[in-house]
Amino acid sequence: MLTKRVIPCLDIRDGRVVKGVRFQGLRDAGDPVECAARYEAQGADELVILDVSATPEGRANAAETVAAVRAVLGIPLTVGGGVRAVADAARLLDAGADKVSVNTAAVDRPELIGELAGRFGVQCTVVAIDAARRELARAPGDRGWEVVTRSGTDRTGIDAVGWAERCVSLGAGEILLTSWDRDGTRSGYDTDLLRSVCGGVGVPVIASGGADSVAHMVEALDAGSEAVLAASIFHDAHTTVDDVKRGLAQAGARVRIAS
Amino acid sequence: MNAAVVRTGTANLASVLAALRRVGVEPVETQDAGAVRDAPLVVLPGVGSFGAAMETLSAHAGLGEALASRARSGRALLAICLGFQVLFESSEESPGVRGLGVLPGSVRRFAGAPGLRVPQMGWNTIEPAAACRSLAGGEVYFANSYRVGEGEWAAPAGWAPAWCAHGDRFVAGVEGAEGRVVACQFHPELSGALGASLLARWVAANREATCSPSA
Repeated sequence: MLTKRVIPCLDIRDGRVVKGVRFQGLRDAGDPVECAARYEAQGADELVILDVSATPEGRANAAETVAAVRAVLGIPLTVGGGVRAVADAARLLDAGADKVSVNTAAVDRPELIGELAGRFGVQCTVVAIDAARRELARAPGDRGWEVVTRSGTDRTGIDAVGWAERCVSLGAGEILLTSWDRDGTRSGYDTDLLRSVCGGVGVPVIASGGADSVAHMVEALDAGSEAVLAASIFHDAHTTVDDVKRGLAQAGARVRIAS
Repeated sequence: MNAAVVRTGTANLASVLAALRRVGVEPVETQDAGAVRDAPLVVLPGVGSFGAAMETLSAHAGLGEALASRARSGRALLAICLGFQVLFESSEESPGVRGLGVLPGSVRRFAGAPGLRVPQMGWNTIEPAAACRSLAGGEVYFANSYRVGEGEWAAPAGWAPAWCAHGDRFVAGVEGAEGRVVACQFHPELSGALGASLLARWVAANREATCSPSA
C-alpha cells in the first residue's frame, strides 16, 4: 500500500529560499541545497521547488538552483513557477526535475497540460491550483471556490473544483491544491476544498496552504489527499519532517519512517 | 566504472545521472547500439509513453536489439520504469507497438478500484523473492499508471521477481544473472538511501563479474 507523503516546499527567488504570507512579504529562509539535503535526511518523501522570481534573470537562475539541488537529492523533485511552454518544462527536467508543475499558464492556455503530458507523460505533469473561497453569490454549478492566478492578484471566476476535473481530463497526473485563503497563515488546510477536489478527481491530490501542525495534516489526509505540503513549519525549524511523520504514524496514518 | 545511459528522449535523465554519480559511476549518455554493446554498465531509464520510447529505440539502428541482447545474456543492465516496461512484449498504453520481448507478458493499466488513485505516485513496499541479489525489500518510489499484474505473469527461468501492491499485486521488479541485470518499475534514483543501496549492489555485482577470471 502506498504511504502518505510529506512534502516540504521551497519557494526560490534569486537562488535563495524565501517565504511570505499569501505570496507577499517575502523573507529569506535559507540555502536551497542545504534545505533540500536536510529535508531528505529527515525523511521527506518528495520535494517541491516553486520559482517565485519575477524576472527572466531569476528564471535562468532557477535552473541552476534545480541542478545544484539535484546533485545532492535522492528523492523526487517537482519544480514549478514560470512554466509557460513545453520548452520551459524541458529545461527544468534537463536540470534535474522529475515532475513539472504549471499554474497560471495552464489557466491562460489549458492545451499546455496536454502538450506536457503528451511529451513527458501524465506522471510528470502536475497542475498547481490556487483556490480562494468565493466572497460573492455563486453562479449555478459553482462549488464555492474560484481559481486565482498571478500569485493571487487575479481572481478568475473559474470554479476551482471544475477546473481540477478539467485538468485531469487534459492530462494532469497530480493536482497540487493550495488554499489561497490559508497559505502562510498556519490556520490549517481548507479541508472542505480538499474534500471537494479529491472527490472529483482520480489522480493524487497534494494538500497545500495553512499547515501548522500534525493535526492539520491528519485532517488533510482524512479529506482524501495523498500528500501534504508545507513550508513555513519546516523552514523555521520549529519542527522536523521526521517529527511530523512520527506524529502522523501515531495518529494512524501510513507513512514512511526513514531508518 | 562508466555507464552508458540510453537517452530515450523524455526521461528524467538528470536524476538518473546524479544518482549514478553518487554511487561512483561515471554516466555517458548515448543512443548508439555499439556503445550499448560495449559499455561495462548500461542503464535504460524511462519516463513517458511506451510507444514513444519504442519509437526512439527503433529509430537508432540496432539499439533495441543491443539492449535485448544484454538482458538475455546477463550482461550489466539496469532498466527503470518505462525502461522496465519495454522489456515486455506489449503495453495497453500503446496498442500495436511491440516491446523488446525479453520478458513474456503485457503491461496493463492499474485496475480501477474505489479510493485507488492512478497514477500510483509515491512510496510503496516491495517484497523481493528469496533469490534476488540486487533487489531488497523496503519502501521505494513509484510513478506509474501501467504495470504488469500478478495474475498475468510468472517469472521465466533464471529471473527472480519482486512484488508490490497498488489495488492488486504487480511486478515491482525482476532481476536475472545473479543481480547483474535488474529491471524495476520503481525509480531507484528517487528512492533515497534504499535506492542508492540498490544501485551500489547492482554496480558491485557487475564489478565482481568483470573482475572474475571466469568472466
